[in-house]
Amino acid sequence: MASFIEVKNLKKYFQTSRGMVHAVDDVSFKIEEGTTMGVVGESGCGKSTLGRTVIHLLESTGGEILYQGEDVTHVNSHKLAALREDMQIIFQDPYSSLNPRMTVRDTIREPLLLSERFSKQELDVETERLMDMVGIEQRLWYAYPHELDGGRRQRVGIGRALALSPKFVMCDEPVSALDVSIQAQILNLLMDLQQERKLTYMFVTHDLSVVRHISTHICVMYLGQLVETCPSKELFISPMHPYTKALLSAIPSVDIHTPHKRIELKGEIVSPIDPEPGCRFAARCLYATPACKQPMKLEEISANHFVSCCRVKELNGFS
Amino acid sequence: MEKNHQSSTFLSVRDLVVQYTSDGKIVQAVNGVSLTLEKGKTLGLVGETGAGKTTTAKSIMRILQEPPAKIVSGEVLLEGKNLLTLPQKEMRKYRGTKISMIFQDPMTALNPVKRVKNQIAEVIGLHDKCGRKEAGERAIAMLEKVGIAADRAREYPHQFSGGMQQRVVIAMALACNPDLLLADEPTTALDVTIQAQVLEMIRKLQKDSNTAMVLITHDLGVVAENCDHVAVMYAGQIVEYGSLIDVFDHPLHPYTRGLFASLPKMTDDAARLSPILGMPPDPTNLPVGCKFNPRCPHATDQCRETEIAIEEITPGHLCRCCCLEKQEVQDGIIY
Repeated sequence: MASFIEVKNLKKYFQTSRGMVHAVDDVSFKIEEGTTMGVVGESGCGKSTLGRTVIHLLESTGGEILYQGEDVTHVNSHKLAALREDMQIIFQDPYSSLNPRMTVRDTIREPLLLSERFSKQELDVETERLMDMVGIEQRLWYAYPHELDGGRRQRVGIGRALALSPKFVMCDEPVSALDVSIQAQILNLLMDLQQERKLTYMFVTHDLSVVRHISTHICVMYLGQLVETCPSKELFISPMHPYTKALLSAIPSVDIHTPHKRIELKGEIVSPIDPEPGCRFAARCLYATPACKQPMKLEEISANHFVSCCRVKELNGFS
Repeated sequence: MEKNHQSSTFLSVRDLVVQYTSDGKIVQAVNGVSLTLEKGKTLGLVGETGAGKTTTAKSIMRILQEPPAKIVSGEVLLEGKNLLTLPQKEMRKYRGTKISMIFQDPMTALNPVKRVKNQIAEVIGLHDKCGRKEAGERAIAMLEKVGIAADRAREYPHQFSGGMQQRVVIAMALACNPDLLLADEPTTALDVTIQAQVLEMIRKLQKDSNTAMVLITHDLGVVAENCDHVAVMYAGQIVEYGSLIDVFDHPLHPYTRGLFASLPKMTDDAARLSPILGMPPDPTNLPVGCKFNPRCPHATDQCRETEIAIEEITPGHLCRCCCLEKQEVQDGIIY
């Protein structure tokens, strides 16, 4: 059976005055129905661009996107409208992604109205059901976004995204603007909804503990490329790519008794404008050799564990 | 904390109350904060957005915009001298040389139309009364100390990445060897690998010059790795205060315990998180009694009616909660 979503060699470049930005470069992965694919990486690594390209908010530069086995890389506007009902997005910033002049009720009602599938009465019933589902109290139905705190605004964003029962939701850092106590409420809501409605998520974040909690699989990105992908738990138990290892070791831990061994990375992320071929992490990598200048390929090292590093076997004790 | 008011204490804040006026309403931002800090030590100030962390730090430095802000009462004693009653001119000498602050967003903390070297040199020239040439040289030395090569000193802030901008801000804050550093979410805008670099650098510089630091953050992991003492703030009050081990191993206040419970753990696989129910209170309309009572699973009538005082539960570990049985904690029966 075909995967729910399959992305093959996806590319998204942006033309700038200083050259071509390779925001997403040759990324391939599959997402199975009802699971969550977490995408992690530092700012500027292309994780949001990747998510937006997959759901057609951005036109891809190259590669293929298959949705339930069907090639949807290039679609006409009619087909796109149908696709939009199936693929939705929850944005990072609940402050700027809501229309300040629309009430909570109007915001959630709009997609229903646009679908032209509901009679006037059904519209009201459905809107109320949605507001209830995402936990917005009745007294706030007619409130404007500025009257709500971040957590409630994010609930409105979720309600709007789920209004037309999409099958696939791209969550673009949905909790990074929220405080921890509120963040936990929203994560629970997202996971409950996924179970109830068999949703498939792509969850883009830079917060590794969040991604570990919510994802079934994880992709680690560095400068537009996939460096490692595997089932979520495995990534945290046996990371293989030198970048993944450094990234995991950099997370400050609340455990004050276990001494934390940190792999310190030198330097910072280099420019994604017209990058050299070869491993893009090589400039900061502790194990870089001249061989790292060769183009890298994602290789299956153990079952379902793909790594893009020419020294991965040697560094992780595989013969 | 209440007892250690001897002159030996380096920094001591006593019963600080700060309010803002907005649209005719009074925002009760800081409601009686007391804390102390020794030289060379780091105090972590933790809490959610709007808990009053930044306002507390800005009051210490006296850089609140008045109005709308107003320091209603309290004292900030630095080496026994009350900063809040100093004349403005006198206070200016303290800022930069005695106390420095690092802000959250490096992009807005730097002047976009001035070369980074000159921005740092300005601080040095102003406080240490040295010539332009010497100030410039010291600025470059400072940049090298934070890991920025001298040949980039003549660049503008926009030519730097976020991590490097924050290094420039840190270089500027530490240029005149302050005794007290107020770091307001210094790494929140940075990626984890860069955060690790920047925190490591702050720790090293702090150790070299025995600087005391107040580290404001909402990231408990950052606190765990950098602080000696922790103060947890909620609705403008300190609800729990103690050494790192006290607070992290034996959190007492229901809010502190709620914070730890709502973090996704890196090590276990709970299917659901346990969030703190409800929302932080509206600072223009704080609840009567314990400020946390509407969200607290243990709240009683007493919590809803009377103001709760902060009490020393075990030596050095303070908590503002009336539902705690002191004796039981000391005997190790609960928590």
